[in-house]
Amino acid sequence: MRWGLVNAVMLIGLVAFPFWALAADEPFMITLATRAVILALAAVGLNIALGWGGLVSLGHAAFFGIGGYAMGILASHAQGYTPLMEWPFLIEGTKSMPVIWLVAVLASALAALGIGMLSLRTTGVYFIMITLAFGQMLYYFAISWTAYGGEDGVSIYVRNGFPGLNTLVPVEFYGLCLGVLLGVLALNAAVIHSPFGLALNAARQSPDRVRTVGLDPRRLQLAAFVLSGAITGLAGALFADLNRFVSPSMLSWQMSGEIMIFVILGGTARLFGPVVGAVVFVALEHSLGGLSEYWHVFLGALLLLIVLFARGGLIGLVAGRGGGS
Amino acid sequence: MTLDETSPMPLALLAEQVLNGLQFGVMLFLMAAGLTLIFGVMGLINLAHGSLYMIGAFAAASVAGATGSFLLALVAAMTAAAVAGALVELVVIRRLYARDHLDQVLATFALILIFSEGTRWVFGSFPLYLDIPDMLSGPVTLPGGIEYPRYRLALIGIGLTVALGLGLLITRTRLGIRIRAGENDREMIAALGVDISRLYTIVFALGAALAGLAGALVGAIQSVQVGMGEPVLILAFVVIVIGGIGSIKGALVGAILVGLTDTLGGIFLPSLFRLFLDPSSAANAGASLASMAIYILMAAVLIWRPTGLFGARG
Amino acid sequence: MTLKTLLLSAGIVALAGTALAETKVGMITTLSGGGAGLGIDVRDGFLLAIEQSGRDDIEVIVEDDQRKPDIAVQLADRMIQSDRVDVMTGIIFSNLAMAVVPSATAQGLFYLSPNAGPSALAGKGCHPNYFNVAWQNDNLHEAAGAYANGAKYENTFILAPNYPAGKDALTGFKRFFEGDPAGELYTKLGQKDYAAEIAQIRASGADSVFFFLPGGMGISFLKQYADSGLDLPVIGPAFSFDQGILQAVGEAALGVVNTSQWNKDLDNATNAAFVESFAAKYDRLPSLYASQGFDTANLLLSALEVADPDDADAFRTALEAADFSSTRGDFAFGPNHHPVQDIYVRRVIKEGDVYTNEIIGVALENHSDAYAADCTY
Repeated sequence: MRWGLVNAVMLIGLVAFPFWALAADEPFMITLATRAVILALAAVGLNIALGWGGLVSLGHAAFFGIGGYAMGILASHAQGYTPLMEWPFLIEGTKSMPVIWLVAVLASALAALGIGMLSLRTTGVYFIMITLAFGQMLYYFAISWTAYGGEDGVSIYVRNGFPGLNTLVPVEFYGLCLGVLLGVLALNAAVIHSPFGLALNAARQSPDRVRTVGLDPRRLQLAAFVLSGAITGLAGALFADLNRFVSPSMLSWQMSGEIMIFVILGGTARLFGPVVGAVVFVALEHSLGGLSEYWHVFLGALLLLIVLFARGGLIGLVAGRGGGS
Repeated sequence: MTLDETSPMPLALLAEQVLNGLQFGVMLFLMAAGLTLIFGVMGLINLAHGSLYMIGAFAAASVAGATGSFLLALVAAMTAAAVAGALVELVVIRRLYARDHLDQVLATFALILIFSEGTRWVFGSFPLYLDIPDMLSGPVTLPGGIEYPRYRLALIGIGLTVALGLGLLITRTRLGIRIRAGENDREMIAALGVDISRLYTIVFALGAALAGLAGALVGAIQSVQVGMGEPVLILAFVVIVIGGIGSIKGALVGAILVGLTDTLGGIFLPSLFRLFLDPSSAANAGASLASMAIYILMAAVLIWRPTGLFGARG
Repeated sequence: MTLKTLLLSAGIVALAGTALAETKVGMITTLSGGGAGLGIDVRDGFLLAIEQSGRDDIEVIVEDDQRKPDIAVQLADRMIQSDRVDVMTGIIFSNLAMAVVPSATAQGLFYLSPNAGPSALAGKGCHPNYFNVAWQNDNLHEAAGAYANGAKYENTFILAPNYPAGKDALTGFKRFFEGDPAGELYTKLGQKDYAAEIAQIRASGADSVFFFLPGGMGISFLKQYADSGLDLPVIGPAFSFDQGILQAVGEAALGVVNTSQWNKDLDNATNAAFVESFAAKYDRLPSLYASQGFDTANLLLSALEVADPDDADAFRTALEAADFSSTRGDFAFGPNHHPVQDIYVRRVIKEGDVYTNEIIGVALENHSDAYAADCTY
């Protein structure tokens, strides 16, 4: 199958890229690639809800931002040596990535559970809009949350640590992020081929048939939404660490739109679709941004052409329409 | 700041704020009406509707600058937006009707990028000047001693007139019958020999003209600049979702509900918080909650009625 | 070739690159989207000064941050890692400065701020390599408070958007204002309709209004205020009355008093030459931001005359001396590397068809900021 080939090429490219960048003495390219990998991870999260679950969420920036703030809050307390909470029990901040990731995943999963339970009462366009509304609520909340900088956000001076790695070296941080992305992709592949994944797929295509075999499609979708939110939250924590900074812009609806663009650009419900989408988008942003102050015009035109003439996203264009997972 | 206990006429202030909420609401309606029509008839989510609002404001500012006539500026705004709308429909949107919502979101998002940066390319980065006409400037004194800007009263009047006109258009005219038929059964009206693609272009241009009108009217009291459309677009979406997508009546009710919630929330929430917080923190906490108020309203409506107040379709 | 030798040779190439006595300046500023006008002015003012210096060993790399913090951070990483700049500058907005400056200075770079001056970077978070050439964020608001005392206002109504710079603005105003505010209001960031706020001002019995509403927010507020029939005197910081924005406000701004550390009619030779050459080159009047960009470049040039950025201590000492002629006249740095300067009171007037400002007095002399005491290097 040709889409298998596309995935393999993508995989080899991601692994080989830093070697090329080091050889060409372009260390910034590694930072740029790290950005692409992290955004891809966020989109992989959304793809589970959107691609396989059929849940078009325009509010995934909420989870992305919650992950980011998990990093910002924990690390800023560790940096300032002030406890996060003293009562009823003492909680200290931390600069350890694994702990931050765990908190980010739990917090965004919890938020996804709450938002999902309420939002899944609606369908179609209403679902798009109610997820947008929840995103906007969190966005405005973050802007006025002075304890953590409001619109100025929270910045930390040194990237958080991971046992055995020096995360300040771009290539090591890249490796770490790529490792996480590949791990999540493997999980993603396992999930869609599991009984849960098959039931979820069926729930999207015909809810009634799922109901007749005694499953509740809403619960399947809620589970997918929570998993999806948790992954995007993890990406948010990494993104904040990449920038050593978190601010409400991570929660903005434009961010939700961008994550969605990665998914659609690459191809929905395809394992590597979000990865292709994020990589292409970051590359475009980088190369067009250097050409003209008005590069958004060209970006817009290009996106438009892709939607109009390359259905099934870029992977669909390269690999032909059928055959997606 | 809150309602002052020593204020001589809190009722008059309340009345003034209700007028403000109403004025905000009817302007939102002009935006929301086009969005909801386009969705109702063609099933299309148009994120670029805010760009048409911006085009209207820019056209109005240019024409007002050149001729000095506000009336001509309004005509120019509606014409420019309608032409831009019709062009976009013919070149791009037409290919999207059969697609799913995802493709529509992406394509119209791309259109926003093109329109916004394109406008900046042509007009530069600084805001444009557009002012209210002399005839409508200054305040009038309403019964009860309320001083209220004449222009805002005119906006309420125009908004309600358009709402009425739109209602008549939908219920009383041939075009309206076709639009309603299009909402109910697309295949059927095609089979009846109505030129469906022309109907779509007309509906799209009509929605665009309303957005352009709103842009010009609001631009005169706000600022005419690139990116002015997107915040309004989000609010218009909130409106049509609350009202029920496809329903003009829902758009009107939703718009006024959102306008009032936003305006009154901004005033009463801080005073509510002042009952148990010091003035500075109350102003702060109240403002924070007020900025989330309409989204909370929308989530609450959808949880209660998953297809909005007057919505039929999912 | 093994990977290691490859890396090593890359390092040598990089060293050879810096051995050329060239100074690289990385400018990250807002050139597209909302707020682009400010960044364009800073850039043009900065480049004008570099051009007038006649030095061709200074390379300025200009990039657009789109007013997005993550883009700004990414550009900063690129400039530090790939372009290997010595000095950075250009950021307009405080939230972007907070994202970029701490990590840039921590990596040993110099940062010269031509605009944003968040309190965190002036107080506890100050850094020896960070210099602010414009103002600490509170400064112009403090001056407005001082002016209100002089004008005998007793219960000014104050409002600002609900975000950190807005809170700093009201805090700054109240720090100097001796009266009792008739009301204090935080509006939504990006809000364009102020009818509800204006009604509250009317009902509050205030004798004057102070507002900080940058960009399009200020344009909307002033137009609506002028139309409301309220005629209380209005005070604001220069941001809503500057050259770029004033034409869009139009008549509604006429006569409004605002505070600024610069104006085009400031009487000194540097300023006169700057205003004339800027207008000649770009065919528009310079704004506050353009003057800040111009001063920032001249500060940099004055320090480069004395020392090379590679010699960080000498270069820092040269910057601290601030031995350049500013468009503002007297200019010096305080202990936290923020300006000590006069802040003026301006009034909006109309010259021919163009709206502009004239200076009518001094609000605060040799003013520094409230955070200097918290700064220890």
